[in-house]
Amino acid sequence: MNNFIQSLAETVGEAAAKGDPLCIQGGNTKKFLGREPLGKPCSISSYAGVTNYEPTELVITAKAGTKLVNIEATLAEAGQMLPFEPPGFGVDATIGGTIACGLSGPARPYRGAARDLVLGINCINGSGQVLKFGGQVMKNVAGYDVSRLMVGAMGTLGIMTEISLKVLPTPRHTRTLVFECSSSAALKKMTSLFARSIPVTASAWHDDFLRIRLSGVKGSVDAASAELGGDFDSDGDQFWQKIKEHRLDFFNGPGPLWRLSLKPKNEVLPLTDPYLIEWGGGLYWVKTSRPPSDLIKIAASAGGYITRFNGGDRTENLAGLEDVGLRLNQQLKKGFDPQNILNPGRLFV
Amino acid sequence: MHSLDKRFLKEIKRVLPSQTILLSEEQRKPYECDGLSGYRALPGVVLLPDTVDAVKKILALCQRYQIPVVARGAGTGLSGGATPHPEGVLLSMARFNQVLSIDQVAATARVQPGVRNLAISEAVADIGLYYAPDPSSQIACTIGGNVAENAGGVHCLKYGLTVHNVVSAQVVLMGGEILEIGGEALDNPGYDLLAAFVGSEGMLGVVTEVTVRLLPRPIAAKALMSSFDSTEDAAAAVARIIAEGIIPAGLEMMDNPAIVAAEDFVSAGYPRDAAAILLCELDGGIEEVEADVATVSQLLLDCGAIDVHVAQDESERARFWSGRKNAFPAVGRISPDYYCIDGTIPRRMLGKVLAGITTLATDYQLKVANVFHAGDGNLHPLILYDAGKPGEFERTEALGAEILQLCVRAGGTITGEHGVGLEKIDQMCVQFGAGELEQFHALKKVFDPDGLLNPGKAVPTLSRCAEFNAMHVHGGHLPHPELPRF
Repeated sequence: MNNFIQSLAETVGEAAAKGDPLCIQGGNTKKFLGREPLGKPCSISSYAGVTNYEPTELVITAKAGTKLVNIEATLAEAGQMLPFEPPGFGVDATIGGTIACGLSGPARPYRGAARDLVLGINCINGSGQVLKFGGQVMKNVAGYDVSRLMVGAMGTLGIMTEISLKVLPTPRHTRTLVFECSSSAALKKMTSLFARSIPVTASAWHDDFLRIRLSGVKGSVDAASAELGGDFDSDGDQFWQKIKEHRLDFFNGPGPLWRLSLKPKNEVLPLTDPYLIEWGGGLYWVKTSRPPSDLIKIAASAGGYITRFNGGDRTENLAGLEDVGLRLNQQLKKGFDPQNILNPGRLFV
Repeated sequence: MHSLDKRFLKEIKRVLPSQTILLSEEQRKPYECDGLSGYRALPGVVLLPDTVDAVKKILALCQRYQIPVVARGAGTGLSGGATPHPEGVLLSMARFNQVLSIDQVAATARVQPGVRNLAISEAVADIGLYYAPDPSSQIACTIGGNVAENAGGVHCLKYGLTVHNVVSAQVVLMGGEILEIGGEALDNPGYDLLAAFVGSEGMLGVVTEVTVRLLPRPIAAKALMSSFDSTEDAAAAVARIIAEGIIPAGLEMMDNPAIVAAEDFVSAGYPRDAAAILLCELDGGIEEVEADVATVSQLLLDCGAIDVHVAQDESERARFWSGRKNAFPAVGRISPDYYCIDGTIPRRMLGKVLAGITTLATDYQLKVANVFHAGDGNLHPLILYDAGKPGEFERTEALGAEILQLCVRAGGTITGEHGVGLEKIDQMCVQFGAGELEQFHALKKVFDPDGLLNPGKAVPTLSRCAEFNAMHVHGGHLPHPELPRF
């Protein structure tokens, strides 16, 4: 066994024996996310490098500490990409942290989420056992799908040490259309696209403008933009990059940032604070200093839930789990980490 | 006579009308196997509920009386996942056959688990939508069974497996609690329990409702058929197409024995003398498909294709596909029995693995025809055998096991889409170590602490693997192959 893995497994084993919590860290670019981190820092960032990449297999395997920017650069050289366009929130972001947080970018409703692209992982569970689930192939139904269970678990089920992901060719042509309109008109347009054969790969409404990104061969993009109308946004690529990395001015506004994930609907939510809409209406970002009770109600009535994304009181438990769901989540945590030492309480209590 | 607790049956009779409780041997007999007919067991009782409330009550009673439960959809599974338990309940979900609602804006459909896979696409055809995963049994198989097995099909490379196309499910847990997993938002709080349930082979709960994602029908689709002198050339062509940045909707390979069998059966227009054919379907916008057809045709020729045919119309396209879709029954016509294997390998290993299969087949004196989901590396060798000849099924099973182990050694897996079930339970010991198996058991225990759902399937016990691995020190050949293994 590799020295790093062996010593990490020993660290976890000792922590489990003593009941001392570990705070798992990659590039530490998303430390603001989730409930307050607890425990002794345990970094995987030195365990880095692409271990296997054969572009024609559409699969990349990398050690968890590999920087996201390095993976993206490696893929770009072969004309490929991570289809779920994960945000990094800094150049130090690692692939381990990216998958643990399970965040996906603007393409999510159209090209799938982080969980859709994970094929296999190596990990160390809370008992210090070195384990391997899934693999490097696209179809694999042997055993329970533990790899996908790790996505978005924020390290609470195991420390991922190596990850295999499905990748796709970068579209040959991309164009962003822009329309000046209200959020209500934008939602009607965005939601109408789900059931239509139009090569949409991103959509967002911000500051009285709707933007729709089209990707594919030039002929298809031309045909779709002729059908949809609107103006070409020459800064489109930059816009999607900024919205993904939260670099638009909106995200610097006062108050904590709330994330509302909902069933896409063609009616606007009754919000009184500034908001931005993505994902064809399935994702709202809201800036507000008010207590979250109204937002919780609004999200629930729209078939979704809220997350305190950045800022504010991180001791509150807003995980959105209750009854049998909460109990099973708690028991699952115990099944992977009996001593509750891996990022305890980061996802829920 | 059956062995079930009389008090249990008495209570069941209070829950279900008597005509939905099948007790006589002749009533239970049709349920004794699924699509893997080599494995059979007469269930203790067959129950046919049609309400979620009845399922809750049944599972509560089974928990109380500690009676095993095996859920069943259409029984088309190929790994023995729905093989009944002789002292248990066979819970048929066939009567849950309603499409409950269709949401045209979100492009989703809420359906009961007994709805057939193809029936979903049929129900939404008039609004231009369809459900993408299309296992070859799609006429008969149910969405509940698809969820249990994470069913695939020929369009997985571009459109994903069941796990990518199901947004939420309602399940009843052992004991009778209802759990809603996933949701119509694009992500959900807590752990991704839906990912754990899809492909869990009926080990964690009984699915009572499923919401699937629907896709708009592509505006254009074209199929190409090309033939090759060697399987290696055909495999190289697949790699070239993908390197070019094209993701075909379907990309299928068949070797010569499979081509000949299919051609004899449905006259699909395949060249009988080719070592391999590649079927490639390209879909999308009109402009995209036109451009891709030109590019792919040239690439195929560059890679040594003897010839390339583009289907000229819908009927020719359907004919190209009919050979592939009928490959299994076609092979069934030329041999008294066949056994379908389901390994996945990294595609670059195809040449080596096919050569290995040929060598193994010669050793075991059995014939093998290969069909291959070439785009995603999922290989289906079909072993031809005659169950009437003593020892031939056992030899076939042993060959199948060795082929799967070959797939694992090539960096692949023992099952791409059919599931482990009873069939591949020993090969799980090859693919996973004790630690992973322990973790699987810990996960199972969260949902079904007493191990009553589908016992003995999908995940082997550690002691079984210890025994299996000890037996396998003799050059891969089981001692006493004549002994029953289950």
